[in-house]
Amino acid sequence: MTVEDESGAAVEPTGLSRRGLFGLAAGVGAAGLALGAGAGSAAGVAVGRSRAEGGAASVYEFFGEHQAGITTPVQDHLHFASFDMMARTDRADLVSLLQDWSYAAARMTQGLDVSATGAVGGSLEAPPDDTGEAQGLPAAGLTITFGFGPTLFESVDGEDRYGIATLRPRGLAKLPAFLGDDLVPDLSNGDLCIQACADDPQVAVHAIRNLSRIAFGRARLRWSQLGFGKTSRTTAAQATPRNLFGFKDGTANILADDSAALAEHVWVADGDEPAWLAGGSYLVARKIAMLIETWDRVRLSEQQRIVGRDKGEGAPLSGGVEASEPDFAATDATGAPAIDAASHVRLAHPDRNGGIRILRRGYNFVDGNTELGRLDAGLFFLSYQRSPEQFTTLQRSLSTDLMNEYLRHVGSGIWAIPRGATPGSFVGAELFA
Amino acid sequence: MTRTPSWKALGALAAVGMAALALTGCVAKADVAATADALTVTSTDSACDVSTATATSGTLTFDVANDSSQVSEFYLLAEDGLRIVGEVENIAPGASRTLTVVAQPGEYFTLCKPGMVGEGVGRAGFSVSGEAVAATGDDAEQKQQAVDLYAAFVKDQVEQLVPAVDTFVAAYESGDDAAARDQFPQVRAFYERIEPVAESLGDLDPRIDYREVDAVAEGLDWTGFHRIEKDLWVPAEDALNADGETPAWQDWAPSTDAERAAFGDQLIADVAELNDYVHSDDFQAALDAQGVAGISNGAIALLDEVATGKITGEEDWWSGTDLWDFAANVEGSKMAFSLARDFAVAKGDEGAALAEQIDQGYSDLDAALAAHGSLADGFITYADLSDDDKRALTDLLNALAEPLSQLTATVLQ
Repeated sequence: MTVEDESGAAVEPTGLSRRGLFGLAAGVGAAGLALGAGAGSAAGVAVGRSRAEGGAASVYEFFGEHQAGITTPVQDHLHFASFDMMARTDRADLVSLLQDWSYAAARMTQGLDVSATGAVGGSLEAPPDDTGEAQGLPAAGLTITFGFGPTLFESVDGEDRYGIATLRPRGLAKLPAFLGDDLVPDLSNGDLCIQACADDPQVAVHAIRNLSRIAFGRARLRWSQLGFGKTSRTTAAQATPRNLFGFKDGTANILADDSAALAEHVWVADGDEPAWLAGGSYLVARKIAMLIETWDRVRLSEQQRIVGRDKGEGAPLSGGVEASEPDFAATDATGAPAIDAASHVRLAHPDRNGGIRILRRGYNFVDGNTELGRLDAGLFFLSYQRSPEQFTTLQRSLSTDLMNEYLRHVGSGIWAIPRGATPGSFVGAELFA
Repeated sequence: MTRTPSWKALGALAAVGMAALALTGCVAKADVAATADALTVTSTDSACDVSTATATSGTLTFDVANDSSQVSEFYLLAEDGLRIVGEVENIAPGASRTLTVVAQPGEYFTLCKPGMVGEGVGRAGFSVSGEAVAATGDDAEQKQQAVDLYAAFVKDQVEQLVPAVDTFVAAYESGDDAAARDQFPQVRAFYERIEPVAESLGDLDPRIDYREVDAVAEGLDWTGFHRIEKDLWVPAEDALNADGETPAWQDWAPSTDAERAAFGDQLIADVAELNDYVHSDDFQAALDAQGVAGISNGAIALLDEVATGKITGEEDWWSGTDLWDFAANVEGSKMAFSLARDFAVAKGDEGAALAEQIDQGYSDLDAALAAHGSLADGFITYADLSDDDKRALTDLLNALAEPLSQLTATVLQ
């Protein structure tokens, strides 16, 4: 059996493929059983496969201090899903779901099937545990990140379904209304979320599909979103990608090696409330539709004025190169500000927002077309921050953004992202200690 | 009904003893000498007299004498009046046969079915008291019992389908559309409970249950329930067929009296053929060949019917009576499961846990369906089902179908 390397040539695998790993995760039975043993052995095997930085060969550890998929080098593809717990569930169901999800995620992120019998190793008389479309594919840098929405702690009717209402972080509440919101309830919120990112879209979809299946009877898919063409970077080695407006996005993002900025702006600290969330973060998702056809008819100078950067290089209009700090005091030949006061780059800049920064991890999306024959496209914005206030402050600051004329916020959600699971345990275990 | 008769060779469906009852029934295959303490049953044209209405749990023997003018049958039904705990059939006028069952404590019904069609006569309560008793016979015998009870259930449903179709067709052919509309979803329930069996029969299901778009796609003459349905619920001039594209009146017009007679008579003949089949050796042989796995797969196949055709509203496009079909499919599935359940439980803790998950799945789905009506009192139409209702039913269907999909492998372990 061979796999293709990035140049497309067939090569002998340096590690073990999904197929080859059948049976190696010994002692792993049905989902939820023997969590530590199975995941541990899977991770051990995976070490040998991890060879290159980025690309299809990447394997990221599932267990650790923080969940993977936040500072991890941004992968090329996203499948994001929001779930609601079903009315028939109790606390034990929620715990078992998180255990089963963690177990399956620990395996899939290592390039394994969801269980030891997997896609073709089980009984011929039963549907396979694993749906099978990722057979023969590498881990492709898959990360699976879980989050808990406000309604998991307390339903909209004020019900404490799982005995965790008192543990709800005070800041974890439905986001306030923002100017220009055009939110669709069916594209917003949710008790739980899963962010699956991978360099191969089939691997990301395989993850969400199997996790949804594992959840049947306990949690129901509320909405989901496919994304492609990352719109932010989290390492200096990654080139700044472009969004569907054609502009570089995320030039000033927090990078994975900037531990001081991560500690200040992204990770919930030990002294923060609540204690169980230490090492975690808050995730905000916004589905932002772009009025593509209208934008494409805007003259270049106007596009650049709206963004505050030049389209080709990504440099601020005050001059320099992409990495140059914008100079908001600079003026053009006519004496007007070089960077418009209502431009996106100025309104979003930390200097304008009390030094607030966030870690962005968004993706482009194109969901076919609308009934009007327009491209149904935009930005699926994802940001991680230490406190939800950071996002709220920035979004309010953007209320006069010139770009708003071409944007519609149609989906929204917020989730607490627990710290990473320890081997043998599961994501969110500290909630049920 | 599905476009492609999948589920080969036999379908499934089934009958009998649910969890709480866990009856091990037994179908008499031959006359057995009555024992001294046998219960006696006298089947006449209008009654079904049982010597007592109570008994103690354990092996019960019913000595059934047929004093009616037709070939008769005797049934012991579970508390829901639908599942068959034991039955004896083909009792010639003047003859006697014996039914032996291992009965657990609980409430039952007895009834006779002279003429072997219809709902039977003399339905009466029958109470069994005492302690729960262990099943008798080895694994192979118990599995054969399950298969036989399953066969009995299928036969019973078709036997009830036959006269129900007669009455329905009479109303349709005579132009009493209001009566025919009332009966349409009720008659179909007998068919929907055993749908995979009919679908295993090549061209019979297409004749009985194809939708217009399916018949057109396969180039078949369109007959059966749905042809009649369109006559009974005449579409608006601008309505579209279930494909959402072709006009309802394209290549279609309300049937003339002569066409109604032809479609009606055809349905009666097709149902008679189905009845002949389920009483044939071929049917029993097909069931025997599949064994308990066939029953389990039948339970699964019926939920697939619900998931693909009923919850989407594609089945009863003009009448909107999809929820009746939905409920009947689930009833048939639940009965098939009830026959296979004990074999799963016998596999240890995992099997028992699976059975409990499936029990809960049926229970939750039944409760959600009950919010919209019942087979006895009728359901709301598909158009009156909200998107949230459909979503909730779909979620509960997933919750049930996922563990149920593991049943066959578990019972075969």
